[in-house]
Amino acid sequence: MSDDHVYLSLAETSPEGEARWAYGTGFTDPLHGVDTSLPAGVDGADLGAYCLMLGDDALVLAQRLTEWCTRAPELEDEVALANTGLDLLGQARLLLARAGQADGSGRSEDDLAFLRDEHEFRNVRLVELPNGDFAHSTARLLLFSCARLALFRRLASSADPVLAAVAAKGAKELAYHREYAAAWTVRLGDGTELSRERMRRGLEQVVPYLDELLTPHPVELRLAASGAAVDPSVLRAEVGEALAEVCAAAGLDVPQVPPLAAVGGRAGRDGVHTEAMGRLLAEMQCVARAHPGAVW
Amino acid sequence: MSDTTAPRADWPLYEVFVRSKRGLNHVHVGSLHAADDRMALLAARDLYTRRNEGVSLWVVPSAAITASAPDEKDPFFAPSGDKVYRHPTFYDIPEDVPHI
Repeated sequence: MSDDHVYLSLAETSPEGEARWAYGTGFTDPLHGVDTSLPAGVDGADLGAYCLMLGDDALVLAQRLTEWCTRAPELEDEVALANTGLDLLGQARLLLARAGQADGSGRSEDDLAFLRDEHEFRNVRLVELPNGDFAHSTARLLLFSCARLALFRRLASSADPVLAAVAAKGAKELAYHREYAAAWTVRLGDGTELSRERMRRGLEQVVPYLDELLTPHPVELRLAASGAAVDPSVLRAEVGEALAEVCAAAGLDVPQVPPLAAVGGRAGRDGVHTEAMGRLLAEMQCVARAHPGAVW
Repeated sequence: MSDTTAPRADWPLYEVFVRSKRGLNHVHVGSLHAADDRMALLAARDLYTRRNEGVSLWVVPSAAITASAPDEKDPFFAPSGDKVYRHPTFYDIPEDVPHI
């Protein structure tokens, strides 16, 4: 190879095809060869609702993470946050597409992302919170990736082959998200007086929202009984230990703050959101709603 | 991170090397700023391997690299320009030997 630059070698064309490429073109379809028919004993409506919960969590946090573009404290971290958002968007696309299949409505991922109203979104309130400062966003990402990684590692053996494939792929992404968030938590917590106080406050502000991710919804309990879902209360110990480990390394205490109560017994999983959600959706959906059916 | 050095405004520069899927040598792809080695490695992953470019990463503080200077170009490199016998151009290279 005469040039020694990665992007020049990428641009090189060769009649010999992929074997000539020095850098990977071997992209993989996570759903390749996966049976998409509904498994026996799994209720389609419940599976659709469950995929919406997990898909909306990823979609809404992806939207929040992309808000850091042009605003991140360092260029390197701007790309890191955008990458994380893209990983979650990829998870959301697969999960929303599965939701539309499973519930029999035939709605596409775009229909579900852009044409639902606030009360139809099933994400937890943790992901819709405004970004706050970098420490606040880091704390949120830490909590979210700890809980979702613990979930996806178990969900990889779901009775639904699509969920299992999405979880197996997503777990690798989430392991990196968790490492990134944990590294920044430690760096800020064990940094200067100012960074330590910001990180402490960030954790204190988001920890009340963690409980919602670990509290089972009736849909999750019914699906867990048929082996398609995971009862999130079983994740509680693992998530608590991971959080305690990171906080200890950062020289911070795990905030002892009570969980945020549901509203009349209903919260994000029932479509009851905080006031920030409406504005987030307005920004996310405005182009798709102004130009219905538009394509690139 | 717990050392007692004073906080600095700029993060040091690191050079990034990526090894491709095909087991070639690590290749220099660019540079980045990071506060410590581990952060440099994570940032390198995010900046330089997002398109499936590699299976292994090296990051090296730029300050650790000793480089030749532009005004040394002639004494360093010009003398090899006319030593044609140092090139294996008098051999037939088999078609199926890659990466020469």
